[in-house]
Amino acid sequence: MARVWRFGDSVNTDQIIPGRYNLTTDWAALGRACFVELRPDFTSGVRPGDVIVAGEDFGCGSSREHAVIALQAAGVGAVVAPSYARIFYRNAINRGLTLLECSDLGSLADGAEVELDRISGVLREASTGREWRARPLPEFAQRIARHGGVLELVQAHGGLRGECGPDCGSGLAPVPGGESDVR
Amino acid sequence: MGTLMEEIIAAHLGRSVVAGDTVVVPVDLVMSHDTTTPLVADQLARLGRGVKHPERAVVVLDHVTPAATVAAAQQHQRCREFVAGQRIGSLLSDGICHQVLPEHGLVAPGDIVVGADSHTVTLGALGALATGMGSTDIAVAYATGETWLRVPATIQVRLEGSLQPPVSAKDLVLELVRRLGSDGARYQAIEYTGPGAASLPMGDRMTLSNMAVEMGAKAGIFAADEVTLRWLDGRSDRPCRVVTARDPGYSRSEGISLTALEPMVAPPPAVDSARPVRELAGLAVDQVFIGTCTNGRLADLAVAATLLRGRQVAVRTVVVPASREVYLEALRAGYLESLVAAGVAVESPGCGPCLGRHKGVLGPGERAVTTMSRNFRGRMGDPSSEIYLVSPATAAATALRGCLTDPREVV
Ligand code: SF4
Repeated sequence: MARVWRFGDSVNTDQIIPGRYNLTTDWAALGRACFVELRPDFTSGVRPGDVIVAGEDFGCGSSREHAVIALQAAGVGAVVAPSYARIFYRNAINRGLTLLECSDLGSLADGAEVELDRISGVLREASTGREWRARPLPEFAQRIARHGGVLELVQAHGGLRGECGPDCGSGLAPVPGGESDVR
Repeated sequence: MGTLMEEIIAAHLGRSVVAGDTVVVPVDLVMSHDTTTPLVADQLARLGRGVKHPERAVVVLDHVTPAATVAAAQQHQRCREFVAGQRIGSLLSDGICHQVLPEHGLVAPGDIVVGADSHTVTLGALGALATGMGSTDIAVAYATGETWLRVPATIQVRLEGSLQPPVSAKDLVLELVRRLGSDGARYQAIEYTGPGAASLPMGDRMTLSNMAVEMGAKAGIFAADEVTLRWLDGRSDRPCRVVTARDPGYSRSEGISLTALEPMVAPPPAVDSARPVRELAGLAVDQVFIGTCTNGRLADLAVAATLLRGRQVAVRTVVVPASREVYLEALRAGYLESLVAAGVAVESPGCGPCLGRHKGVLGPGERAVTTMSRNFRGRMGDPSSEIYLVSPATAAATALRGCLTDPREVV
């Protein structure tokens, strides 16, 4: 069971990983600095597969992809929010971090236990049985997600163009937090 | 038929497009800088591909230049290795990427430019479709010479009248961010139009395009005109594809009278919190910083030098020219002498203290008044420090008095 970590509106990438901590490409170091100032108890408490539930415009500000890596390296399994800033959105899809776009998340409390079905995009609160269904990704983002990331898509097709066939991905998003999307 | 976004994309594809379409387009220039290039290099290595068009690639060392720490120096080494290994056309270290790309003539109207930095939107001032992306998208652009885009809907910002100095383009854009909100243009582009837009010099246009991302926009663009062509004269010999909007359909239209504006300040921690400086005048300040890709250009330094000439700053003040070209021109014009004589620390070109790594980092509880574009908590140093966003004139007036000051009181 995953635990919910609640955040408010307009969480920016400086808050996910401050600019004074992103002068590295070292995964472990980036993971340790995730929310270091906004929520200092985060890295010691987060368990693999936990879910960030946030407000509008998650990931605004700097284009730093270190923000996505920091979340993945810390073990975050998915982010659920009503809307995302566009660069963060692309970065997350490109690196295979699961994003769910859901409205009316207000009643979902910090620390709640939830289950996440990545295939159908449904988030379920264990104690109440309440469910949230994510809006589907735009078509191109779906293509990327099907491959597990944009590099995988480029590898499969030799570029960004071309139609997807039956060999393109298994229809499943990768399991975030695991080794597969780290590489 | 369409907005500047639609027309530029259509010109690259040879067919018409409308907002909402998803397209794969060739890009004219790909940029990454010292913080983002190492991640880009990692992703290219994973892909097992090289840079497809090295002549259309540029790497800029600007975020921590000259290196302030061993870690920064190592990042620069990785950037240089990448540039050498991929035979990349340009390695620049003479200022902030968004300033030096156009100075070196690497950007022309009608271009599609992608950069691994959110303020790549600055280049929309030249009539280019320029947008920021993360390192993986940029790695793909390097590898394939293409990117994928959703053709954005466009918000028209119609500018009327003329700025009344010391009110400036920064006050205008702070007012615009206040009106639209920090996500008011998300997934969309902003097109600056009207007689007020045509009257603005290139530096002011860059300030406006720069902060389009502070409204969540994919791009902030001006139609190329006489001002653009004159600015490019002698910098670029690339043929200009001057693209114009034809019968554009906008998602929203916002009118602003430049004449009616007054000096604005955006208190922390949100960029869309702007209010008139006079409402917060007298606020104690620990540091003033004038510079960045938003407001580190010659005209910005000229305003500060004119205000501070023959006087002394009352609070520690840092000025960082956006580029070596700006630095040299400010030196020749005597601006730097006026600033140094007034007690200002003039630093070498680059991002400087904008991201809290060197040349003016803030301590616990300190308050800075700056010309940068973001007032996020802790961006310039300790998480308890504060950033107030203002124009160069307000910053200089504040330096003079030592507290937040409406520049109309001191000119
Ligand atoms: S000056 Fe500041 S906002 Fe501009 S590119 Fe540098 S760090 Fe980013």
